[in-house]
Amino acid sequence: MPRLKSIYDWFERRVQLEGPVKDAVLHKVPRNTASWWYVFGSAAFTLLLFQIVTGILLALVYVPSGAEAWNSLNVLNHQIPLGWYLRALHGWGSNFMVAVVFIHMAQVFLFGAYKFPRELTWTVGVFLLLATLGMAFTGQVLRFDQDAYWGLGIGVFIVSRVPWLGGGLVHLLLGGPVIAGATLSRFFTLHVFVIPGTLLGLALLHVWMVLKLGINEWPMPGRLVRKSTYVAEYNQLSHDDGIPFVPGAFWKDLVFSAAILAAVAVCAAVFGPYGPGGQPNPAITQTVPKPDFPFLWIYAVLSYLPPSMETPFILIAPILMIAGLLAVPFVASEGEKSWHRRPVAVLALATVAVAWGVFTHLATYTPWSPHMSAWSGDTLPARYLEAATPVVRQGAIIFQAKQCRNCHSIGGHGGERGPALDDVATRMTADQLRYKVVTGGGNMPAYGKNLSPPEIEALVSFLETLHPKGEPPAFDASQHRIEANPSPPPVGGSAAP
Amino acid sequence: MVEKSDSPNKPSTGPEIHAASEQASDQESPALVSRRWLLLKAGVALNGLVGLALAVPIVRYLFAPVRKDSSYSSWVSLGNVSDFPVGETRLTTYRNPFTRSWDGETDNVACYVRREGSSQFTVFAINCAHLGCPVRWFPQSQLFMCPCHGGVYYADGSRASGPPERGLFTYDYQIAGGRLQINAGQMPTLSNTARLVNISTPGIDGDCPCRG
Repeated sequence: MPRLKSIYDWFERRVQLEGPVKDAVLHKVPRNTASWWYVFGSAAFTLLLFQIVTGILLALVYVPSGAEAWNSLNVLNHQIPLGWYLRALHGWGSNFMVAVVFIHMAQVFLFGAYKFPRELTWTVGVFLLLATLGMAFTGQVLRFDQDAYWGLGIGVFIVSRVPWLGGGLVHLLLGGPVIAGATLSRFFTLHVFVIPGTLLGLALLHVWMVLKLGINEWPMPGRLVRKSTYVAEYNQLSHDDGIPFVPGAFWKDLVFSAAILAAVAVCAAVFGPYGPGGQPNPAITQTVPKPDFPFLWIYAVLSYLPPSMETPFILIAPILMIAGLLAVPFVASEGEKSWHRRPVAVLALATVAVAWGVFTHLATYTPWSPHMSAWSGDTLPARYLEAATPVVRQGAIIFQAKQCRNCHSIGGHGGERGPALDDVATRMTADQLRYKVVTGGGNMPAYGKNLSPPEIEALVSFLETLHPKGEPPAFDASQHRIEANPSPPPVGGSAAP
Repeated sequence: MVEKSDSPNKPSTGPEIHAASEQASDQESPALVSRRWLLLKAGVALNGLVGLALAVPIVRYLFAPVRKDSSYSSWVSLGNVSDFPVGETRLTTYRNPFTRSWDGETDNVACYVRREGSSQFTVFAINCAHLGCPVRWFPQSQLFMCPCHGGVYYADGSRASGPPERGLFTYDYQIAGGRLQINAGQMPTLSNTARLVNISTPGIDGDCPCRG
């Protein structure tokens, strides 16, 4: 043992880290911050280190070339022992990191930890969040499959909307005129050098500030933050009711980090790696691109915007969101920290969380997208065609063949872009159906030019049969009067069936 | 350890070797100290100058991909005119004219050719005008549908429904030696091939030229 001690001393005399490390680990923190609520930041840092390690391991095999990237991922998946598992670890590590960073941010927000003197810690945290999302997006690009290709295309179309600079920005983003080898190379540079370097540097600064400013005390209703008195009050609290950070609080960080890594390992083993999907050949148009989990909500929002809002929203909303996050600690740098006395903050967080959840859920089944194969893949339930006349049967064929089914479901199958048509006849009269088919409207294309008059009649005949048994179809009340008194000229060009 | 002339009484926290030199600096004349600061400023300025000189080529290198649209584009053949039947819309592919040897399959670009008459064509980009996803042509209903956000276009490329603000992008074309050529080379986006077009309220206003 004395020998070990002398070796330690030899090094310590030269690196002189004992003092700062002791200061850091033994500094007193308020007793009730040794809580399970305070473990997310350290878990995010652990995941960052985990991602760096698994990323380096993947880089041993991955080829960052437009021609070879996709193949090298398939080699990893299928030929290199446990290559699939390393890919799965990195992919699930990414999911967990994004989730933990968001949870950490929500907790910090709810606990008022961004208030004086920790404003800058929050600001750096916002950039850490952006860098984490940047890693998630560039990581998806490095998969270089069809989703990556068309995901990049969406990025290009977003950037192209910037006034005046759009064209140049697109060339800068892509490294050329189209998504190609040069694009992958620069996203590799971003994912492997630029963003991780920034992330690590900012994360260390973030931790440094936490050490220097102290861990946010547990918020108590009525204990207000005042710039003039806060530091003294905090030091008093840590002094009177403090415990050394190690081991008092740190053991929980350690346990939670281990649990998170175990969860990543289990998810990776059970669910496996992400893709790669189809090869990045843009001539293959039979594809339904979808972003990775962290970006599903954006995918949903972009689907619901009215056309006139697209460009303003896409260009302004991200700036407002980031500016809003950055402004939080400067708008509310003093006052209550407790969520019991901050209803606006709690409601804001709840609203954001619910909206995020709803949009993400919607994006998992994309009700706004036509189901591209519904017209040929989903059959009509037989009960709809029992006792159908030849014209009705012909209408049903037209309904399928003209891709109506891609947007309208019947019997629970088909697209969800338009309303389900199982009982459409109870809502619309034959004339209204005919008018809607011919002229479209709302989100429905006009079929007037694509259907012949007999086809329209057959289609409407079929749609007219779509009503529950015992519930009569809709009818035009004025029609009876016209039929009873045939002298006035008929309204419109079409006759009731 | 930084020597600060304005804080001579600053207690030394480092090991003793530093303390000795600090004491020495306390006794030096202000002229000597201010000369050192001047030299430091000169050093900073020199670094700034060299940095600026290096920044010029670096920035030029970084911005190399930013070029005029026309320098990326050239005429590409899509095949014989006779390959495209009159009145039909066909999916076809071409090789992007601007390539690198490591591009792999990404240089294959798809487009739709609609032949309206013996020498009248419309060549549509595959990219939805909303956010660039690949639209699919359905000849039965004469519609283009986008799988991403639900954009739909009529056979002539005009917007039918969904989030796009405008119709499909088109390529300029020419017929040379019996072959159909398009002016291609870069991804069509709102910033290069088109300006934003105003659309009237979509729906039943009869705003679309292909309404029956």
